[in-house]
Amino acid sequence: MEGVQLNLISKDRLDKMASMEKIRMILEEVKRGKIVVLESGLTPEEEAKLIELTMLEIDHDKFVGIEVESYPQKSKGFFGKIFGSGGGRLTVIGPANRLKTLQKSDEFIEALVSLGR
Amino acid sequence: MSVIVKIKKKFSFLFKWFTKKDRMKIGIYGPPNAGKTTLANRILRDWTGDIMGSVSDVPHETRRARLREGVKIEVDGKSVMLDIVDTPGLATKIDFHEFMKFGMSEEEAKRRAKEATEGVIEAIKWLDDLDGVLMVMDATEDPYTQVNVTIVGNIEARGLPLLIVANKIDLPNASPARIRAAFPQHPVVPISALKGLNIDTLYREIAERFG
Repeated sequence: MEGVQLNLISKDRLDKMASMEKIRMILEEVKRGKIVVLESGLTPEEEAKLIELTMLEIDHDKFVGIEVESYPQKSKGFFGKIFGSGGGRLTVIGPANRLKTLQKSDEFIEALVSLGR
Repeated sequence: MSVIVKIKKKFSFLFKWFTKKDRMKIGIYGPPNAGKTTLANRILRDWTGDIMGSVSDVPHETRRARLREGVKIEVDGKSVMLDIVDTPGLATKIDFHEFMKFGMSEEEAKRRAKEATEGVIEAIKWLDDLDGVLMVMDATEDPYTQVNVTIVGNIEARGLPLLIVANKIDLPNASPARIRAAFPQHPVVPISALKGLNIDTLYREIAERFG
């Protein structure tokens, strides 16, 4: 059966992984053409690191980058800044040539996944 | 990340509140073609008579961060001394085919794409050395992009003061209200860096926020 593979990673599994472990796993899967769905997403620092490593992986022929879909972080307020865990929200990451954002707001994301490369 | 680094980041917004500097290093951030260098040129032209760099319709024209030190902005008797860093546009993907649409050869487009990827990395690295950020968004575009969300999230996580600039209000379909709705927790100043529209309000906000 032809299609796009989706990897749905639970919050429990993500919580057990170190930041670099998560980022490496995401990049490897996305470079293979898979779509990765993270239940609890990434922290802003992890998102920045993911972009940084993506730039190093771009080869201008087979891999031109990633498309990331996630919601803005909720404002944490004074005590949240001190005691908050800093975890992200649901995030979908895929190869830029397969995943495309159609519409996005702070509560709703519409995206298109294409089969072809 | 070590525990000490985590604690330092967590309390950085409190620390910065108590230790305001005489001179602030401000980064100009945003996606490609939002008007970052046009804004940097406007600020420098108005306060030093100089410019920061060239601008172009081709994305990723700025592929190296540029630093201009000692820019003094004075508004209503309040002054602020800034070191301004104009950063390359942040992106999650860079496809050299996009540059070829502007008439570049494949070789030239690939070189530009490679330099652009290096520029994105440099822009991210600069985030650790700043005291504040001017985040430039194109008011004619959808503000809910991953680049915008990631930059704002990182600035918040580092506890840096942030001023969002809703640029290109001279264009008919500009909507600064859309940017305000997307990032209600931060001040948004609508301007046209190209035409200089509402630029005095931006200088007042800069003096207020970074002074």
